[in-house]
Amino acid sequence: MSTFKEDSAYDMPRVGLSNETIDGDIATLNLGPTHPATHGIFQNILQVDGEKILSSEQTVGYIHRAFEKLAERRPYNQITPITDRLNYCSSPINNMGWHMTVEKLIGADIPKRVQYMRVIVMELARIADHLICNSVIGVDTGALTGFTYLFQEREKIYELYEEICGARLTTNVGRIGGFERDFSPEFHRKLNDFLRTFPKIFNEFNSLLSRNRIFMDRTRGAGPISAERALNYGFVGPNLRAAGVDYDVRVMNPYSSYEDFDFAIPVGTDGDTYDRFMVRQEEIRQSLNIIEQAWKNMPEGSYKADIPEFYLPPKEEVYNNMEALIYHFKIVMGETPIPAGEVYHSVEGGNGELGFYLISDGGRSPYRLQFRRPCFIYYQAYPEMIIGQTISDAVLTMSSMNVIAGELDA
Amino acid sequence: MESKLTNEAVAERIKAQFGASVLAVEMPYDMLTMEIAAESVHDVIAWMKTDSVLEIGFLTLLGGVHYPNDKNREFAMVYHLHSWSNNFRIRLKAFLPAENPTIATLTDLYDGANWMERETYDFFGIQFEGHPNLVRILNEDSMDYFPMRKEFHLEDATREDKDDRYFGR
Repeated sequence: MSTFKEDSAYDMPRVGLSNETIDGDIATLNLGPTHPATHGIFQNILQVDGEKILSSEQTVGYIHRAFEKLAERRPYNQITPITDRLNYCSSPINNMGWHMTVEKLIGADIPKRVQYMRVIVMELARIADHLICNSVIGVDTGALTGFTYLFQEREKIYELYEEICGARLTTNVGRIGGFERDFSPEFHRKLNDFLRTFPKIFNEFNSLLSRNRIFMDRTRGAGPISAERALNYGFVGPNLRAAGVDYDVRVMNPYSSYEDFDFAIPVGTDGDTYDRFMVRQEEIRQSLNIIEQAWKNMPEGSYKADIPEFYLPPKEEVYNNMEALIYHFKIVMGETPIPAGEVYHSVEGGNGELGFYLISDGGRSPYRLQFRRPCFIYYQAYPEMIIGQTISDAVLTMSSMNVIAGELDA
Repeated sequence: MESKLTNEAVAERIKAQFGASVLAVEMPYDMLTMEIAAESVHDVIAWMKTDSVLEIGFLTLLGGVHYPNDKNREFAMVYHLHSWSNNFRIRLKAFLPAENPTIATLTDLYDGANWMERETYDFFGIQFEGHPNLVRILNEDSMDYFPMRKEFHLEDATREDKDDRYFGR
């Protein structure tokens, strides 16, 4: 574990009324719920003394869609589309996380090729997620160029999703047990193209911001949090790593063959906006590295596991083969027997540990499904991070924490 | 990364400290799951955080489960904790009666518990003693029911096409 600052080493501003403030000069300001700078529907009721924030009251839940309740009424394979809508910047990671949770429950044996394919898709999703977050930090500091430039690249990742599953944003990619089909030749061509052209464009973006004097002045010291406080608040993912703790589910509890790949976990020291930005930048490079390794060493084999009770048979067999017809019916109607039991499975999502706590009583749908949504847990720390800062820093802090309304409100 | 602790060793260590409060020990899918008497949950979690061997100091997840047919055990509180130094995960459960589903808050140990407990209150109506601000979080304030309870139906309760009885269950 890297060295990080003690909590006491932080010179957190003590906020009180200054002597110059006279009664009535404290203003109440609504940051959100619908404001372009919040990048989602969040309300923060700020007490401000001039530009300085004295307190913040958060309201969340504007787009709550009762996912955990919905899941109690749906067969297992119909829950995947719900997970799309958690962190919709990296839907494939959510989808895969859910598939792996169910596979853990039923004890499915997943071919190595599927695991490598999943790694490629999940790392593409991580790149897309971090690209949005980092380019939006640029936008909030007044640098729109990087954002518009990088969206071209995110478009390429979305085209790759399209090649795999036909969808772009809410991907619903893969199935319990593997993928719908193998990667197409067109996918390989596009992936090759992406891996060849992306690093150059990404480096250009990096050179626009990462050592830019104005950008650094704006982001360094904006919305800091110490490692100790971050742990107490349940931070995970890039936001925690920016504070100096190298926790990553991919390394701690490897899933989907992550132990086969050689990659580094970047950490920051100050836990401020600049560190969060830099950690995500480096993670994008590491993700590219993982994709290249997985793509080069892709094992031969099947793109799906041999679990006919859970994996839909090919359509032509359904029409001509009794067994396939039965399986098809049972899967579509959600009538496959599922073992009773409870599992917790977590994956490293775009925002850190995304967990699925699943209790099955053997029925057609989960008895209880709880999502560990990293955004929901770490967004609590937001007031503590912005008190004493300026309003413009508060906006930056929110975008650099990558608070996604879908994941926050479930 | 392999865990440095075994389920059995941790279970023994917790039993040695809180013998009478440990009501059951299970290991579904290799995850140590202990049922703890509701009044001791806070103490156990506080002790695990400071214990030099376990060092279980990260609260991963907490939430409720509703079992309407279990008399006096209608609500379960489930805590997932993680020791990063030992890479060890543990699940604690406490059962609460429906008349008075109350349990001590963890907000004094983990700030992250604040919203998770509010969410559990919001959806299950479980009360957390000592919580600084136990109000609804995702649902509307004027709601007068707790939607994740099993008696609250997601869709039209008269609908029968998804009824388990028709499929031999």
